[in-house]
Amino acid sequence: MFEIRELKHAYDSTEVLSVSSWQVEQGSQWLVLGPSGSGKTTLLHVLAGILKPTAGSVRVAGQDIGALSENELDCFRGRHIGLVLQRLHLMASLTVMDNLLLAQYLAGLPRDRARASQVLAGLDIGERVAAYPHELSFGQAQRVAVARAVVNRPKLLLADEPTSNLDDERCMQALGLLQDQARACNATLVIATHDQRIKARMPNQYTIGIHQ
Amino acid sequence: MNVATLSLGYLRARALSTALNVLLLALGVATITLLLLTMHQLEERMGRDARGIDLVAGAKGSPLQVILSAIYHLDVPTGNIPLAQAKEIAKHRMVKKTIPLALGDTYKGFRIVGTNHDYVAHYGAKPAAGRLWEKPMEAVIGAEIAQRLGHAVGATFIGAHGIADAGSDHGDAPYSVVGVLAPSGTVLDRLVLVSVESVWLVHDEHQGTDAKVTEEDKEVTALLIQYASPLAVAVLPRYINNNSEMQAASPAYETARLFSVIGVGVDVLRGFALVLMLSAGLSLFIALYNALRERRYDLALMRTLGARPRTLMALMLFEGALLAGFGAVLGLALGHALTEVLGQSLKAAQQIAVTGWTWVPAELWLIGLALAVGVLAALLPAWRAYRTDIALTLARG
Repeated sequence: MFEIRELKHAYDSTEVLSVSSWQVEQGSQWLVLGPSGSGKTTLLHVLAGILKPTAGSVRVAGQDIGALSENELDCFRGRHIGLVLQRLHLMASLTVMDNLLLAQYLAGLPRDRARASQVLAGLDIGERVAAYPHELSFGQAQRVAVARAVVNRPKLLLADEPTSNLDDERCMQALGLLQDQARACNATLVIATHDQRIKARMPNQYTIGIHQ
Repeated sequence: MNVATLSLGYLRARALSTALNVLLLALGVATITLLLLTMHQLEERMGRDARGIDLVAGAKGSPLQVILSAIYHLDVPTGNIPLAQAKEIAKHRMVKKTIPLALGDTYKGFRIVGTNHDYVAHYGAKPAAGRLWEKPMEAVIGAEIAQRLGHAVGATFIGAHGIADAGSDHGDAPYSVVGVLAPSGTVLDRLVLVSVESVWLVHDEHQGTDAKVTEEDKEVTALLIQYASPLAVAVLPRYINNNSEMQAASPAYETARLFSVIGVGVDVLRGFALVLMLSAGLSLFIALYNALRERRYDLALMRTLGARPRTLMALMLFEGALLAGFGAVLGLALGHALTEVLGQSLKAAQQIAVTGWTWVPAELWLIGLALAVGVLAALLPAWRAYRTDIALTLARG
């Protein structure tokens, strides 16, 4: 679950994000809708704890993340938040397996190959553990990115425009992956998108930017 | 999965750039290693050959030449000194010990030295086979000569007149080998030792039978002198220079002078090597700085995965140190190999032996210096990595 109160964020005194109150149950799945520039990505970055908002409070999994020190926040982010970006940003110099182990290492968790293999197998890419990212198809790379986001069993899984630039079939596949994986570790799923195609598949929707 | 795996992964991903930087640093390290090893062995060897010899009395001329010819057997002698005067010096109260040397002949490029048993004892050498010479025309050969020419006890040979190779043979006066010295790591390894009388005998015959050499005409080439007291340094050289046809040369002073002359060349080479290392550091810096630009998303991503800023900083510094470490190891290996090659080629020229299969403590400093170059080159990239703004970088991606 997470809870947002009186959240405001401004770049150079231009307000780009304003959320008065938004509360979400643990394990629920949400779509954040809004036109380009409405602050969807900013909201996601605030939820992920990689951007400090100008004002307001954010509680994730019962923790006020604004009250954490820099180090505590890095640790919290590594263990409880999974992030899937539109550009997948797999580490090109590391194998698929090492990309997952990196997520465990950087979160300060023990390197658990069994867990990593299990997640990859669950995403049908168990046989590509030794491959490098450039050897993967886009679909496989996306699965690896999702696997990396969920390998530490996050409380909150965030995805930024995961389906834009994908054809209809792939779009639905990607959405399905995220929903399944979020459910598998009981993570709250938040997808920020302007992609209208996936509206029908996500009952909970939160639209930002319209009140400005 | 840790910082090392990550760094190695990055280095492998940029194999060419990595190899070039490692090689550049290795060349600098190798050059310095070569200098360190060669100079160390040269100084050690020259120190060993001159140990316990406080002064050399020789014919007037260049004092450096006296030292080079009488102690190291590298140069031609300045001339001969009368035996009577040499004996006078030996009797001086400030003199503890003297060793006469009579030079002039060679055998296949190795010098024949007329001397007494004190010369062998001075260097702590012992015969590995046979015995020391007792009678005229008996010879004891050094270990290196025995090995190189394959001579053993019982062999006979004929000396050639003159220190340079081109000389007439003393065809009518063969020497017989009665002993082979064990290797001592000193100049003795490369000398043929005979009695002083043998040298006189060979040259008597050379000059013809009618001109019989009298006691007064007898000469030696040089006299190695050991002081009886430290005070002798103030008295004896002046005594010799003023009261005889000889001159006194101090091995310590002359070798120091020699090394100061060689030192100019060594300094130039060392400076060149340091410039190489400096440019390696610069190249490393450019490589890491460019890598940082390629990697800005990786760095931001690692932050989203929970990496602390100082982890990213450590990653860059480690990578610099790792590159430098590879460079240092390769450079040391290369330096030792080059020294060995140089040693082999010097051996063929019968010069002072140098080997690559040894090491000097200064090499540890060299590793430290290389690592410092690597870390220094990584400092600014590491600081930039530390300051990565995650949200801004990802928003631009």
